[in-house]
Amino acid sequence: MGSSMAGSARLTRFIVRRDLFRLFLWVMSISVVTLAVPLAFQELYPSQKQRDVMAETMRNPAMTAMVGPGDLENYTLGAMTTHQMLLLTAVAVALMNILLAVRFTRAEEEAGMTEMIRSLSVDRRSPLLSAVTVLLGVNAVLAFFLWIGLTSLRIEGIESFGALLYGGTLGGVGLFFGGVTVVCAQLLESARGATSLAMSVLVGSYVIQSSGNVTESVMIWLSPFGWVTSVQPFSDNNGWPIVFLIVSGLVLGSVAGILQGKRDLGSGFIHQKRGRSHASVFLKTPLALVLRLQRTGISIWAIGMLILGLSYGSILGDLESFFEGNELLANMLAGNSDRPVAEQFLPMLMLVMAFIATIPGILALHKLLGEEKKGRVDSVLGRSVSKTRLLGVYVLVAVMNGVVMNSLAAAGLWVAGRSVMAEPLTSASVFGASAVLLPAIAVMIGVSCLIVGIAPRWSSLVWLYIVYSFITLYLGSLFHVPEWAAKLSPFGWVSEWPSESINWIAEGSLLATAAVLVVIGVFGYRKRDIL
Amino acid sequence: MPVLDVKGLKKTFGKFKALDGVDFEVRKGEVFGFIGPNGAGKSTTIRVLLGLLKRDGGTATIFDQDVWSDAVAIHRKIAYVPGDVNLWPNLTGGEVIDLFASIQGDVNVKLREELIVKFDLDTSKKCRTYSKGNRQKVALVAAFASNAELFILDEPTSGLDPLMERVFQQCVEEVKAAGKSVLLSSHILSEVERLCDRVGIIRSGVIVETGTLAELRHLTRTNLYVELNSPATDIGQLPGVHELVEAGEGWKFQVDGEKLDAVMSYLSPYGIRRLESAPPTLEDLFMQHYGDVTGRAEAGDS
Repeated sequence: MGSSMAGSARLTRFIVRRDLFRLFLWVMSISVVTLAVPLAFQELYPSQKQRDVMAETMRNPAMTAMVGPGDLENYTLGAMTTHQMLLLTAVAVALMNILLAVRFTRAEEEAGMTEMIRSLSVDRRSPLLSAVTVLLGVNAVLAFFLWIGLTSLRIEGIESFGALLYGGTLGGVGLFFGGVTVVCAQLLESARGATSLAMSVLVGSYVIQSSGNVTESVMIWLSPFGWVTSVQPFSDNNGWPIVFLIVSGLVLGSVAGILQGKRDLGSGFIHQKRGRSHASVFLKTPLALVLRLQRTGISIWAIGMLILGLSYGSILGDLESFFEGNELLANMLAGNSDRPVAEQFLPMLMLVMAFIATIPGILALHKLLGEEKKGRVDSVLGRSVSKTRLLGVYVLVAVMNGVVMNSLAAAGLWVAGRSVMAEPLTSASVFGASAVLLPAIAVMIGVSCLIVGIAPRWSSLVWLYIVYSFITLYLGSLFHVPEWAAKLSPFGWVSEWPSESINWIAEGSLLATAAVLVVIGVFGYRKRDIL
Repeated sequence: MPVLDVKGLKKTFGKFKALDGVDFEVRKGEVFGFIGPNGAGKSTTIRVLLGLLKRDGGTATIFDQDVWSDAVAIHRKIAYVPGDVNLWPNLTGGEVIDLFASIQGDVNVKLREELIVKFDLDTSKKCRTYSKGNRQKVALVAAFASNAELFILDEPTSGLDPLMERVFQQCVEEVKAAGKSVLLSSHILSEVERLCDRVGIIRSGVIVETGTLAELRHLTRTNLYVELNSPATDIGQLPGVHELVEAGEGWKFQVDGEKLDAVMSYLSPYGIRRLESAPPTLEDLFMQHYGDVTGRAEAGDS
């Protein structure tokens, strides 16, 4: 090989040294979560009987679609960890490899660093070779840590060979996606494009895995995540798919090498499609601009909220048995006990989803500050757009976000609940329980608007308020948080529909409060300098 | 009645006085050059004029309306090009131009297409891929395609190549010919010299000089080059002589306008073989106001 690898050892060391901390963080956080989960399971479900109850709640298509199949007949701590964690961790590892691989290859090239490196006595393929070497190393280290770590937990049902396969599966799937990404980085001309293409492969693989496993078809072999779910460490211990993962990863890496040898620096094989020379008829107003800028984020959140709703809904069917088996959770239910458990449980689920739905709303509003910091609001305010209108548009988008996200989660819950429950919840109780929380979400957005308008530097304080609300309300019933502490949060004023009747005065007052906060915020924004 | 009128404009950031009494006006149909180095307060002044910053003192009106309280009404009739054009990375240049046009409502479509061709701008590319110069072109096309009465341009050519700078200068000349007004902030002095009817020099938040170039020149030094028959050793000691250097067979120096007569009387006994004089460039004027720091240091030495 000789000259075709010139400089690659040196470059490999350079990447490692430059990104050591980043690599360390990725490997450590994935390892820590992986090791913490079986320990938590051991605490939560100490007896086999409790684990069997858990297995029952998992026995539904929504769960299979999300986490893949598991050994539900023999649900040991090991099988449980594999079932609930392996696929999701595999997604995280895939993500790590995509981001790192783009960073090492196309991002460097786009930023012009590769040009300087290549002007030295370094082969054309060396930067790629060193990138692949580093990815190989990172995944191997991760697999090794997981193997040793899981084995040393000494938990019943988690034995050394299973741990080796567990680590190997994650390392293998990581290498596979690393390979996919370096090929994407050859094909496309921008780091962003390469990341998007690799992400689409990831999402596509996940979807194929979901439908393949739900329908139990051979389709799963088309997806690397299908290979992941067929390993089943700690139960079947089927190691062959790991070999497929590693070999495909290396083949993809070599394909990238061949492509690299055929192209000019800075170019790709797929040319980025030209954008529009003119704005579409929709892109005419500040509102349209804001929606256009945030559309990707909004879509991703929408899909996420729907999935969240579906997954909460899918456990409603087994709720009764689940709660009988777990005193801790039973204590969290406050409502009156002659109602069905699902109905009592509903307000709490809705509360959690409402908290999460608040996040995209606040993020949408905070985008205005980002625009201000990047100097882009000048171009809008310098034209005939008033500050009131601009902030108003952002508040509107934030509120729409809150309403849409909260309702999508409720819709997901309702749909999944209908398919798994013998006596499904009525749409009135589901959507009612969701809608009563909207005024509280509006108050949160109002608080955020107030800060954005008056003291933009403190904009992140609103997160603290959300965390405070979450702790006092969600965990409040467990820790006996006093009533007044919960009332400091807008969510504390919302009644637990359908087990309680709706407090219209409280709902009205929340909406009025939100409106007043927004008005003060807009007033402050009009008075203050644009930075 | 001036189109733009600024009197005693003040703006402080914390303790820092960014603007400390700025006075100037832009009259209808003129190009006003606003010059000063980075940090002198040019952009701060412009951002106050756009209603993005709230002034702490003084008055500022455009079309006789207050820049803060009537911002939107004013903005309908102005076009602004920021010094640092920041655009949305995932929109194309064409989309941005059209968006700005529809926000503004009143745009000359034919002119816009002509400008895109003139500035040689590829409007189908995402703003992410644009260089600084290309982002500036986007802002310039959007500005010059509008039917604005007043153009506020903050260092609009800092990223353009010489060919594009010329296109820009043509655009400014065209809007001026159409009777519109321009506030051109710049530190490319040759450009200001070529385009501007009047100039204001800002330093540390204060306008230190305003007037036509001719007026400013009158107050200032002339560049001289002389060759003498017999050597005159004391030129440097004469009052009003600056920046004396030996050049070839003679001397190069600057003379204050009011001392010119005295200097010539001093020199003629030595036999003037050759004399060249040049009006001071804007750069000379500029350096005269900003060279102060070095000037003071020299004074301290002597």
